[in-house]
Amino acid sequence: MNVSLILLILLLGALATFLSGDKFASKVALFFSLVALGCSSVLVNHFLGGVDINVNNPWILQPHVSFALKADGLSLAMVLLTVSLTPLIILTGFGNHFEKSKNFYALVLFMAFAMTGTFLAADGLLYYIFWELALIPIYFIALIWGNGDADERKKAVVKFFIYTLGGSLFMLIAFAYLYINAGSFLLEDLYKLNLTATEQTWIFFAFFLAYAIKIPIIPFHTWQAKVYQKAPTIGTMLLSGIMLKMGLYSVIRWQLPIAPLAAKMYMPTLIGLSIAGVIYGSIVALRQKDLKKLLAYSSLAHVGLIAAGCYTLTADGLSGAVSQMIAHGFVIVGLFFAAEVIFRRFGTYKIEDLGGIRPQASKFTSMFMILVLASVALPGTFNFVGEFTVLYSLSQVNIWFAIFGGTTIILGAYYMLKMFQNVMLGETNTKVFADVTINETIVFVILIAFLLFYGLYPKPIVDLVNPSITEILKTINR
Amino acid sequence: MITLIAITALGVFCLIAEIFNLRKALVPVTVLGLLGILGSTLNLYSLGELSSDYNTMIFADNYAKTYSSLFILLTVFLVAMSHDVYKEHQTKISDYVAIKVFLLAGAVAMVSFANLSMYFLGIETLSIALYTLAGSSRLDIKSNEAGMKYFLMGSFASGFILFGICLIYGTFGTFDLKEISEFSGALDKAIWFSIGVSLITIGMLFKIAAVPFHFWAPDVYEGSPSLVTATMSTLAKVVAFAALYKLLAAMNLFPTIQFQNIIVTVSILSMTVGNIMALRQENVKRMLAFSGISHAGFMLMTVLSIANAASNLCYYTYAYALAGMAAFAVIIAVTKNKDNENISHFNGLGRSNPLLAAVLTAALLSMAGIPIFAGFFAKFNLFTQTIQAGYLVVVIAGVINSIISVGYYFKLILAMYTKETQETTQNIPFVYYAVGVISILINLVIGMHPNVITDLLN
Repeated sequence: MNVSLILLILLLGALATFLSGDKFASKVALFFSLVALGCSSVLVNHFLGGVDINVNNPWILQPHVSFALKADGLSLAMVLLTVSLTPLIILTGFGNHFEKSKNFYALVLFMAFAMTGTFLAADGLLYYIFWELALIPIYFIALIWGNGDADERKKAVVKFFIYTLGGSLFMLIAFAYLYINAGSFLLEDLYKLNLTATEQTWIFFAFFLAYAIKIPIIPFHTWQAKVYQKAPTIGTMLLSGIMLKMGLYSVIRWQLPIAPLAAKMYMPTLIGLSIAGVIYGSIVALRQKDLKKLLAYSSLAHVGLIAAGCYTLTADGLSGAVSQMIAHGFVIVGLFFAAEVIFRRFGTYKIEDLGGIRPQASKFTSMFMILVLASVALPGTFNFVGEFTVLYSLSQVNIWFAIFGGTTIILGAYYMLKMFQNVMLGETNTKVFADVTINETIVFVILIAFLLFYGLYPKPIVDLVNPSITEILKTINR
Repeated sequence: MITLIAITALGVFCLIAEIFNLRKALVPVTVLGLLGILGSTLNLYSLGELSSDYNTMIFADNYAKTYSSLFILLTVFLVAMSHDVYKEHQTKISDYVAIKVFLLAGAVAMVSFANLSMYFLGIETLSIALYTLAGSSRLDIKSNEAGMKYFLMGSFASGFILFGICLIYGTFGTFDLKEISEFSGALDKAIWFSIGVSLITIGMLFKIAAVPFHFWAPDVYEGSPSLVTATMSTLAKVVAFAALYKLLAAMNLFPTIQFQNIIVTVSILSMTVGNIMALRQENVKRMLAFSGISHAGFMLMTVLSIANAASNLCYYTYAYALAGMAAFAVIIAVTKNKDNENISHFNGLGRSNPLLAAVLTAALLSMAGIPIFAGFFAKFNLFTQTIQAGYLVVVIAGVINSIISVGYYFKLILAMYTKETQETTQNIPFVYYAVGVISILINLVIGMHPNVITDLLN
């Protein structure tokens, strides 16, 4: 039993969903995503028990490419994030009606497949293929099932596609260059390369372009808000919950260990850029009138902090970044789902049209409130663990980074609570707001339970991730 | 050699079939015949036979066999589609099919020649067949214009090539490729040789539609009947490339610095001009013409990495031609009874005909170089080898152009999936589905196992 099983299940799931017909598509998709989750849990147990679950098969002889999947704590944590969010995301779709839902859910599963592959791949070209493959389903999901004006949506989605593809092509060049020097795409061979500082700088920035666009880091973020707004909420969840973590994960897995000298040389600039994103995202979020856009900018601020954590190159920074990636994945899915729940009842994301929901839906209000608090990293939630560790690591590098990075908590609290006030509180809305259904409750409860449980007891995740972080740091400081 | 004879015999059969009134059986028999020839060509691999025949006119090495297989495969698709395309011209169908088969004979001659006169015969057979086909829609003024334009420009280019061949003959006193190859390896050569090679190169750059010899392509592609455009864009283009490569390799030109500079310039120019012009096109055929120009730039880039040029080029041509064939199968099917091939005809195809839309999308993704289609590996191999050869600038130009190309390929995809259709759905014959799906499947298979193709040459 090895990790390729997860990929196989998700791919078969996508196929089965496509063949199942529109009526059962969502249920088939949910079933397969749950099987994938179960299978991943078993594999994590195997991994912790010391069983070898890696794969390495030769694939193409010339150029030498292998089908190599490597499961260490870091990639397994990201896989777990993907396969546990996927069923939840599919479950959120139960309240919506999608035209041609078999295509829709098949694409969702296919995307989960590609993202899982990205997290597992240990061969540069294989990794690149999965990385690009993830782009195609989200392109169609956002394009076909998105909301709002078709022309504007088209513009946003095409911009997103060209941006990300353009960035990744430079990464491809970097891989080509690495291949010429190493004679192989295998991660371990690339780690062993001795490149000069100049070469590393070029490689580093070729990677950076791809990741900075995906994450996104200022000034490569311009595609983000529009796409988050126009994509269907499931697409937004996939993008913000999982896909942008591909960029952050890749920074830790590929960019830093392959070009450590450049990473050290440009550390202040990179952290500065990331923190600029934190402040910019927070300030712009303050002024948003559209709920989804506000959440998009809040996401920009949070991932800025995660990226800053990655670029500190300290054990705390990396481990905090990984915790925060997972926490942010759960919380942002919850928040976008809350926006979707409101949209289902009121048909709008405009904050000024909302308000006065609390008296009508007390259950929803409490759950939304907990998610908002988790998002601003209240102690006791998992987000606090991640954000605090990252800020601590920033303070080790330079206290000013920590101070500016810390504004995310203050500004975050300000815009999130203000949003909550405008959306939920106030005089009872004239429109009727039915309280959450059972399906909706299940999603919220699972998300909240996860965030609170690991907020109080983060040890399992930290223990899973830390050994591989230590390994990677060893490579970085080789 | 057997390949060439068999193809010619098949062409003659097509003409005779007309006389005996076998029109109904014509297309199936031709397709079967071509498949048989394909089988026997592939069989020659396993025998490992290197045959040289007819006073060293023909030399069938692996290079020739690999390309011949591709040409025959493409012709199978083209002939298969002929049946429906020429349904309304039953009386002429055997002419059309016969011309296509003769065109194939010319194509095979162009990759298996061992003598420059054979090479020129191949070019002329191919070109004259194409001139005729371009103008084959007799009552359509655009088709007439295309045929005329192509003929004038094409014969001019043939003139260049012929003059070049003469000068080379004048230098070495032989047409034989092997001897020329030996002589041209010498250090001091007469100036006539360089002039001759330049003239031949110019003529061939015209045939592959590389900038600055590309002006004919958009007009001719647009004006010709769609099936003929498919022939030009897939078959004729890769034939010209295969021949150009073989010729230049035989004349030991690649290592010279002047030649490399020319290739770099033409390659970057073709990629850029082709892509930028393609962005503005509304007509799909015109758009693919410009996209073909930019692909010509990419294919020229293969020549820069000498050691692997042959296999890179071969893989690229397979990827490009198969994606092009799939795209054209859809384009022909969709625009069959329309006056033009504007993108608006594709509006809402994703809804009205998901399979065709999926095939076209896959073909365009392959051309744009998205994994896991063959186009990705073609570009990737190309970029890797070119970096290795030390031409980073060309690669960066290639990458930027790949990004630009997404702009227009996706214009078509967007039209299929986001716009509403105003047109009534029509019945589309099975053959288009078959051609589209089979070519995209082959494309996918060689995308996942690139060694299938690259091993053929070794």
